[in-house]
Amino acid sequence: MGQITLKGVRKAFGDVEVIPPLDLEINDGEFVVFVGPSGCGKSTLLRLIAGLEDVSGGEIEINGQPSAELPPAKRGLAMVFQSYALYPHMSVRKNIAFPLKMAKLDQAAAKEKVDNAARILNLTDYLDRRPGQLSGGQRQRVAIGRAIVREPAAFLFDEPLSNLDAALRVNMRLEISELHQKLKTTMVYVTHDQVEAMTMADKIVVLQAGRIEQVGSPLELYRTPRNKFVAGFIGSPKMNFIEGDEAAKYGADSIGIRPEHIEVSTTEGAWKGTVGVSEHLGSDTFLHVDTEYGLINVRGGGEIGLHSGDTVYLTPDLSQLHKFDAQGQAI
Amino acid sequence: MARKISNRRRVIMTVIAWALAFVIFFPILWTIILSFKTEGNAIKAPWDVLTSAWTFDSYHVVQERSNYFRHFMNSVVISFGSTLLALVIAIPSAWAMAFVPGKRTKDVLMWMLSTKMMPAVGVLVPIYLMFRDWGLLDTRTGLVIVLCLMNLPIVIWMLFTYFKEIPKDILEAARMDGATLGGEILYVLTPMAVPGIASTLLLNVILAWNEAFWTLNLTAAKAAPLTAFIAAYSSPEGLFYAKLSAASTLAIAPILILGWFSQKQLVRGLTFGAVK
Amino acid sequence: MSTQASRSAARLMISPSVILLFLWMAVPLGMTIWFSFQRYNLLMPGQGGFVGWDNYYYFLTDPAFFTALINTLVLVGGVLLITVFGGILLALLLDQPIFGQGIVRVLVIAPFFVMPTVSALVWKNMLYNPVNGIFAYLAKAIGLQPYDFLAHAPMLSITIIVAWQWLPFATLILLTALQSLDSEQLEAAEMDGAGALSRFFYIMLPHLARAATVVILIQTIFLLSTFAEILVTTNGGPGNASTTLTYLVYVQSLLQFDVGGGAAGGVVAVILANIVAIFLMRMIGKNLEA
Repeated sequence: MGQITLKGVRKAFGDVEVIPPLDLEINDGEFVVFVGPSGCGKSTLLRLIAGLEDVSGGEIEINGQPSAELPPAKRGLAMVFQSYALYPHMSVRKNIAFPLKMAKLDQAAAKEKVDNAARILNLTDYLDRRPGQLSGGQRQRVAIGRAIVREPAAFLFDEPLSNLDAALRVNMRLEISELHQKLKTTMVYVTHDQVEAMTMADKIVVLQAGRIEQVGSPLELYRTPRNKFVAGFIGSPKMNFIEGDEAAKYGADSIGIRPEHIEVSTTEGAWKGTVGVSEHLGSDTFLHVDTEYGLINVRGGGEIGLHSGDTVYLTPDLSQLHKFDAQGQAI
Repeated sequence: MARKISNRRRVIMTVIAWALAFVIFFPILWTIILSFKTEGNAIKAPWDVLTSAWTFDSYHVVQERSNYFRHFMNSVVISFGSTLLALVIAIPSAWAMAFVPGKRTKDVLMWMLSTKMMPAVGVLVPIYLMFRDWGLLDTRTGLVIVLCLMNLPIVIWMLFTYFKEIPKDILEAARMDGATLGGEILYVLTPMAVPGIASTLLLNVILAWNEAFWTLNLTAAKAAPLTAFIAAYSSPEGLFYAKLSAASTLAIAPILILGWFSQKQLVRGLTFGAVK
Repeated sequence: MSTQASRSAARLMISPSVILLFLWMAVPLGMTIWFSFQRYNLLMPGQGGFVGWDNYYYFLTDPAFFTALINTLVLVGGVLLITVFGGILLALLLDQPIFGQGIVRVLVIAPFFVMPTVSALVWKNMLYNPVNGIFAYLAKAIGLQPYDFLAHAPMLSITIIVAWQWLPFATLILLTALQSLDSEQLEAAEMDGAGALSRFFYIMLPHLARAATVVILIQTIFLLSTFAEILVTTNGGPGNASTTLTYLVYVQSLLQFDVGGGAAGGVVAVILANIVAIFLMRMIGKNLEA
């Protein structure tokens, strides 16, 4: 069981309110990702749930039990830190066994749990090494192992992949997703990388300045962003925004269209422009097109054969057009 | 990147450096040499000293006549005792300031440092009188207390600078893993900080071992550590060069060796982290 | 950034050291200030009482005070001069690629670990002694009269002993600072056409300035309390030719048993030390921010 409910949770450091009162429901077994730009309060929110920070107001219920006043260890949650926070002076085995030792579990039972976790995470051969002798990915797995053995109500991940190189990040992303499928335990995952959010989450919570901008499944957020911020934050490359008269034509203050929803033609179309930089990735080509409405990014096929200086015409797919009012809310 | 340095320059620099090092080290070297000579030979002209016979006599005499070993043990007890006591008091404080800094942490640290700036002579009289009234004059306990308090600010500061380098995440991880505050300090912080704690110990033992204001003013015969014991040689007795040299060599040898090990930490500790 | 629980635990854990240090500083200092306004001589019990500023008046107008003040300045100033300049030169030398660098370093820093009483005695007997000292033999070897250093130039002699003890400290700190200088900065300067001398004056010296300031301030604090070296070599003499402020207070309180007068001297010493301390604290305080 791992049901976490936040009711009116707020956090202030002195006079500065970093998280205004906020409600959130995290269901058992769900993979929830908090995503937002740096400084949006997502890590603070996670630390409030963990109990590493006090709430300034509101209640946190874990499995229906009020927990805002409980010390971290009593909440039944496990956390994987950005820096992994492995104990450098202990072997991998002792690292993983540490929470069990703190819980005064008897040695035989602890050993079995550690061996089991090591097997799940492919760490069996490394149990006697020190963290310093491991690669980044292995350290990450040890940190996860230390979380697993406690059989927590929920796992908390604080930007766990940001210290890994790009290739390893993709691998670990997959491993964490697989782990979630295997364990079916609630996971709360903080990241600033919307790709991680999109690929891993059952439910994404987009945060900005401590406020929840939108909660929903990855595709919901992609298809129906509630406001301009979410629209711009989710999706890669970013959504293009056009303001002024062209937007007014569609009855909106501004309109947004994703690069993949624009058709490119060399002969005719709605918006005329000149190709600036074109980035050929093989599978795709990203064109940066200068138009009278500003720079518009377009995603074309890999074989598109357009280059800097070419004149092109762009046509948005009207069914995928997003309209926003003056406050940036979706219409 | 390394570049080619002309060998000639290297040789010249080497000669200059070794010559200077010899001059600086000479008083210690000469003391060691004299300690292995007889009294008669020790006061000969330098070149005659070098060619005269070597002997361990002075070392035997120093121990037999003056009970050198007792003063040595006084020094050991006082320097290690005061430092260990200071560590026990300082570790929790340094933990608190490094990992739970508040608005006033910086002020507290600076204030602690300021107590170190007070010249000892400013409080000599009251301390002396208090010690007299409490029967702490010429006791090891008295000196352990005084030197502990004297070095406490340095101990806290050194530990603080070492603790600050330990990522906070790791302590939080321990907290998440169910460690109590005591467990956090005992199982995680202390083992990780062992190198820092060791160098703090080392440097403060050296400082306490060589302390020569309180040890001279608060002890007589019984609890006198080596600093005070050696000072007794300033009387006419001091003209026994070989014995003085042997006693001196014994007094400085252990700390010289400890000191050479702690060169790097020394800078950091004595500048309160201002130079690393 | 932490919880209420850990903050109260933190307060609890700081308190022993705060309380102890407060007692250690405030109680004796308060007593010193109290004594400094009392007539209090251990040889004349019963003759107590408040005497106002008398102790200060006698202490400050005593010709010995002026001598002691000058001697203190000579000692502190002399040692600082020798150690800072000598330290910079030695640090530059030790930073060069030389054979046996490790051993040279070990030899150079050794004097710092010698206890003050030992170094004072070694210098007094083995080096300065006009009959058997090395200096006397050297003088005779080149046909000069041996010179009784401690009798005729006590302050200079003591300054040299103390400087010998502190030179390693200055060298070590300046060397550490020198080695922390980013070599790319020097290479950039070289690319910009700076010669060895310009590199020293425009890059290395400014980089060393901070470390040198730290050396000066810390040494000053310690040097103001120089005691054992004087006690062992000259006992403040001849006359009071080598009596410093610290030594004067010691003589007054523990040798002449004039607690009141000694306390007044102690307060003066504290005030002087604090003037230096304020500068030092500012330096370290700034560093704490970073």
